[in-house]
Amino acid sequence: MDASRGVSLQSQSIWIRILSLVGRILLAVGIPLIAFYVLYVGFIFLRDSDAPRGIIALVAIVWGVGGVALLFWVFNGLVERLPVALRTRLLPFVFVGPGMAILAWYLAIPTLRTFWISLFSRDGPQPGLGFFQVLASESFVGLRNYVAVFTEQLMLQSFRNNLMWIVFGSTFSVVFGLLIAVLADRSSFERIAKSFIFLPMAISFVGAGIIWNFIYEYRPAGQAQIGLLNEIVVALGGTPQAWPQWVDIAPWNNLFLIVIMIWLQAGFAMVLFSAALKGIPDELLEASRIDGANEFQIFFRIMLPSIRGTIVSVWTTIVIFTLKIFDVVWVMTGGQFGTHVIATQFYRQSFTNRNSGFGSAIAIVLLLAVVPVMIYNLRQFRKREAF
Amino acid sequence: MKSGKGQKRLGRLLVNGTLLLLVVLWTIPTMGIFISSWRDRDDIATSGWWSVFPHRDWQPVREIDAKALGVDPNQVMEIEGVTGTFEEFRAGIETPDGKRVTWLGNKRLGRVEVQERVWTVSWNFTLDNYKQVLGGQDLTFTHADGTVEVVPGDNMIRAFVNSLSVAVPSTVIPILIAAFAAYAFAWMEFPGRREMFLMVVALQVVPLQIALVPILRDYKALNLNGTFLGIWLSHTGFGLALATYLLYNYISSLPREILESAYIDGASHFTAFTRLVLPLSVPALASFAIFQFNWVWNDYLVALIFLGGNPEFELVTQRMAAIVGARGQDWHLLTAGAFVSMVLPLTVFFALQRYFLRGLLAGSVKG
Repeated sequence: MDASRGVSLQSQSIWIRILSLVGRILLAVGIPLIAFYVLYVGFIFLRDSDAPRGIIALVAIVWGVGGVALLFWVFNGLVERLPVALRTRLLPFVFVGPGMAILAWYLAIPTLRTFWISLFSRDGPQPGLGFFQVLASESFVGLRNYVAVFTEQLMLQSFRNNLMWIVFGSTFSVVFGLLIAVLADRSSFERIAKSFIFLPMAISFVGAGIIWNFIYEYRPAGQAQIGLLNEIVVALGGTPQAWPQWVDIAPWNNLFLIVIMIWLQAGFAMVLFSAALKGIPDELLEASRIDGANEFQIFFRIMLPSIRGTIVSVWTTIVIFTLKIFDVVWVMTGGQFGTHVIATQFYRQSFTNRNSGFGSAIAIVLLLAVVPVMIYNLRQFRKREAF
Repeated sequence: MKSGKGQKRLGRLLVNGTLLLLVVLWTIPTMGIFISSWRDRDDIATSGWWSVFPHRDWQPVREIDAKALGVDPNQVMEIEGVTGTFEEFRAGIETPDGKRVTWLGNKRLGRVEVQERVWTVSWNFTLDNYKQVLGGQDLTFTHADGTVEVVPGDNMIRAFVNSLSVAVPSTVIPILIAAFAAYAFAWMEFPGRREMFLMVVALQVVPLQIALVPILRDYKALNLNGTFLGIWLSHTGFGLALATYLLYNYISSLPREILESAYIDGASHFTAFTRLVLPLSVPALASFAIFQFNWVWNDYLVALIFLGGNPEFELVTQRMAAIVGARGQDWHLLTAGAFVSMVLPLTVFFALQRYFLRGLLAGSVKG
């Protein structure tokens, strides 16, 4: 009796096992298939549909965001059905995999690919050739693009302008940020003042370009000026100018563009400095006041040294940012009137001139410029023993 | 003691005064376009936006028919007690009693105005600029002199919806992917963990210019060029390193006991992540989200390259740049358009300023 029951139980459990195995396989194949099908239908709808804008936008948002969540859920479900040993090994990759794959595709591998393209003439390496054939082909130019980058007239001008951007832009952003942070700390309307200074950070460079174009707007002398700067200049007895386009004073006309970046970035510097200043212990400041130090001594001898680290990191951040400045120049002057910078040259060469070799060489030069910062970041990270 | 107090008060005045000056200086540019965007288009083109503030201006007192005066414009004339050439009268000649005599129009069909300097404001406000820049239809506009002009709309609404459908997924997708990755880095053991994280750290400062040419090639091969999916993925790729790093810093600092007790209760990593870690990380997620949203909304370069060819998908920044390029003198459109493009980021900024600042302090600055 007992034995037969055991057998029937066993056979039953075998059936259940087989059924559940089939079910698992079906689920394992079916769920991803359905998921992919749903995503695909969404994609086709988005690509081809004539539905009203609003609906397409809504579908796009739901499809894009939901799709990513769905994929994570499906892959997690699949891995969780696997035996424990395999599961613990695979699961981390379900979590970390998509992110790493995207990073590799969008940033890590492109650095190598861009370097490779930079070794070729305008159209890049010819497709369909083997490695050595490509190297032997006519389009392989070695480092000649780099020679051009560092010798061509317009490129040298761009380097000079970018240097001006970095020197004046970052310095004045930091100086104004620090000045405002120190003043705001002692003023009676700190919060409001900081909000107003910080507000331009929310504005796009295209928008900022329009705002400042309006300030610089030029009308011939004698007509009513509608640009604020020229109105002031005329009121003081000067002649109106189209300031950023004023080639006679090149390269100093770049300063009229650089002002825009200072206007945008000072708020960023201010916020970080303000937080750092609040971190200086009050006792330290009180003690030096009792010792008879005046406000300037306190600023230069105590505040500046205590927030040196913040100043360095803010400065570096703004320098990196300035190195890639593009939108504001592109919208305001298009690089004319001697205002090209590295990133506008990159855009012009890569996409207007369609000289991908030259453009890629410029991109690599940009990358090399940030390598020291990258190494510094990696060093700092290694010091954190926790990882 | 007393002089010390006085000095203190003077110091305070100096601090507040300088700060106020800087705040005003920083605000004037934005105020200029904001005020202009509500002004009549003819007014914008002929007078500065500051004329909405009370100022002294010449206003006509009476008008004289030039013909009735019987003067010869080709010679020196005497009108209303002042003498001058035609050119001088065109510019306006001031009379001893503070009035001004101005010749309007040409020599033959002119009229002469006697003007007086009075306090005035130019408050001819209108919604037309916004109507024209937002709508897609033609709009008729009547100039002050009665001529009617039909102007095409600029369809900012469409660009606005497009920007929204780019910005929302481009914000949520990288956060979701980065949060999963950050969780794995913080709470799981796997081979290559350290190397992968070093890659994340290193890639934070890589300029995105490096990727544009190769990625554009991939997109052309995959037919992703000019699609929403393509630009979402690009923004995801360019924002992911920073997102992962920031979220790792936050998630790895969550109290160990909470997660361990969840595992003991039998929670899988997935449940622990969705039920515990995500809700606990809301502050960090929010501050990165605001940053990424702002960054994507204000981005011009990435959109220009990956959505460039398709006017249907034009974003707000592209629309604005197009208006600058084609009609850089149409200040009534530029000012209203610039303001439309700023509305959303400014709202987000003022509504969620606390998170914005927190994100900044955590190092939300893109490479």
